[in-house]
Amino acid sequence: MIEIRIHGRGGQGNVVAAYLLASAAFEEGRRCQAFPNFGAERRGAPVVAFVRIADKAIRRRCQVREPSFLIIQDASLLHIPGVLEGLKKGGGILVNAPQSSEDLSKEYKQTMVALPGTQLANEYLGKPMPNVALLAAFLTLTEIVPHTALSKALTHRFKGEVLAKNLKLVEEIGHRVPAGLWKGVADAARA
Amino acid sequence: MLHALEGSQAIAQAVALCRPGVVAAYPITPQTHIVENISKLVADGKLKCEFVSVESEFSAASVALGAAATGSRAYTASSSQGILLMAEVLFNIAGLRLPMVLTCANRAIGAPINIWNDHQDSMTVRDSGWIQLFCADNQEAVDTTIQAFRIAERLELPVMVCMDGFVLTHTLEVVDLPSAEQVDSYLPPFTFANKLDPRRPLSLGTLVGPEYYSESRHSLHRALQKSIPEIVAADKDWKKLTGRSAGGLLTVEGPKDAKTAILAMGSVVSTLCEANEVLAPKRKTKLIKLRAFRPFPVEALVQVCEGLTELIVVDRAFSPGQGGILGTEVRSALAGMKKKPTIKNFAIGLGGRDIPLETITHLLDAAKEQEEGDFAILDVELNKLPPEDR
Repeated sequence: MIEIRIHGRGGQGNVVAAYLLASAAFEEGRRCQAFPNFGAERRGAPVVAFVRIADKAIRRRCQVREPSFLIIQDASLLHIPGVLEGLKKGGGILVNAPQSSEDLSKEYKQTMVALPGTQLANEYLGKPMPNVALLAAFLTLTEIVPHTALSKALTHRFKGEVLAKNLKLVEEIGHRVPAGLWKGVADAARA
Repeated sequence: MLHALEGSQAIAQAVALCRPGVVAAYPITPQTHIVENISKLVADGKLKCEFVSVESEFSAASVALGAAATGSRAYTASSSQGILLMAEVLFNIAGLRLPMVLTCANRAIGAPINIWNDHQDSMTVRDSGWIQLFCADNQEAVDTTIQAFRIAERLELPVMVCMDGFVLTHTLEVVDLPSAEQVDSYLPPFTFANKLDPRRPLSLGTLVGPEYYSESRHSLHRALQKSIPEIVAADKDWKKLTGRSAGGLLTVEGPKDAKTAILAMGSVVSTLCEANEVLAPKRKTKLIKLRAFRPFPVEALVQVCEGLTELIVVDRAFSPGQGGILGTEVRSALAGMKKKPTIKNFAIGLGGRDIPLETITHLLDAAKEQEEGDFAILDVELNKLPPEDR
């Protein structure tokens, strides 16, 4: 079972990111579970959501304490204690940050992959919503399911112009991170 | 057909499949998404039903009461303080023998104010005369919602479907939604013999004096007791139709020869079942998932407790100054057994505290230490309290 924890701030589409990732897995015939751990919901407050992907029914409903992957929607969250806690050995951290992966890793003394998600979202969607860009990059890194699965999940949730822009974003930004970099981790977690 | 759906959305779809005549609702976390999704279905023309946005939960229950009394299939949903504000009306609905369905998205009750999950809300109205069924996952919640309308209408009793707030309502997972044809074949249109009808005048809710009050309460008690076979039949027929059971009165899982069992209600059972497989505790342990809390299925419970030496009852709410509510009821239900297991009782996961897999080990260890008849909150952290409160 692959366990993922997504950290973000209220208003960044954190829960939607979790639901989309789980739905993308479902589109490929996998079992999935996604749920938020809300604080009192308000814009800007740190929020957490969890995703599990497996080949059989998922029955545990506890929070994900030892994820294989972390997706961080706002680099300022890296200063909050506990955000990186519990990451499995060799696990991957994907961060929405304008720096290069090398600089970010140096700054936090931990290997991370950076993606300028807010910038890309502004460019493609006209809105600073980094969630879909991060998911597209996450799928490139892990190859858990193909990008087409994410596109299908988006099609169920959005329509019209918003959908078209998001689909274009998914199609075009995959190459910005190394393909399959975390495939080994994902495959090991799956087994 | 399989869908990846948020729990609330799945329930909204299930309610829509039941073709309600009136839905009345007032928003409260974590229930809001359910009625929000129903109102969308109505606004989009996908569900023909009178959706009444009211100004309080008291009114939501009152509108549903009125609708049911006129023979309309009625539905509402609420949580926590919302359920408490409905309390007076809930007792009336049951006392008047009006069939309807309510989803309780289980949430703690203040003070201190807390929006997260436990069972204190539905436990507080356990004596209202409603049937209460608890769900372990979103599939069970969907299936139970549909069964609930049939049970309610056949028995002229209201049914409360209890599903854990956030843990189920806000979890997206794979759910098999039945087809409209399947639900139509299972749930015929609602016809209510005692409905208010100007062509056939009758009085409803009149004052009843001491000479008939006891009889009226007796008949409500009897109706709840006699609902047991109907709950079983509703689930059996559902299984025939869809291949799925929603858990009947109760179900047992785990090694057949286990002498220890853990009994619980709601989504915690789902976590404990996986924990039992993954962590495989040395003390072989069964899990008893209680689905029907009202009526309380004494006979079925006694049957599955035969041969057990130890029963650990997990509560998600308690009665301050007394102890676990479910624990107390299980002790009372098993009191007549010749060889009854020792019964231990813990509350866990109050106000949304996470229930990790290791809970199963903690429960088994703590049960060894607990005196028979005692009660404790398993995951309380006493070091957070001043010494005089520990």
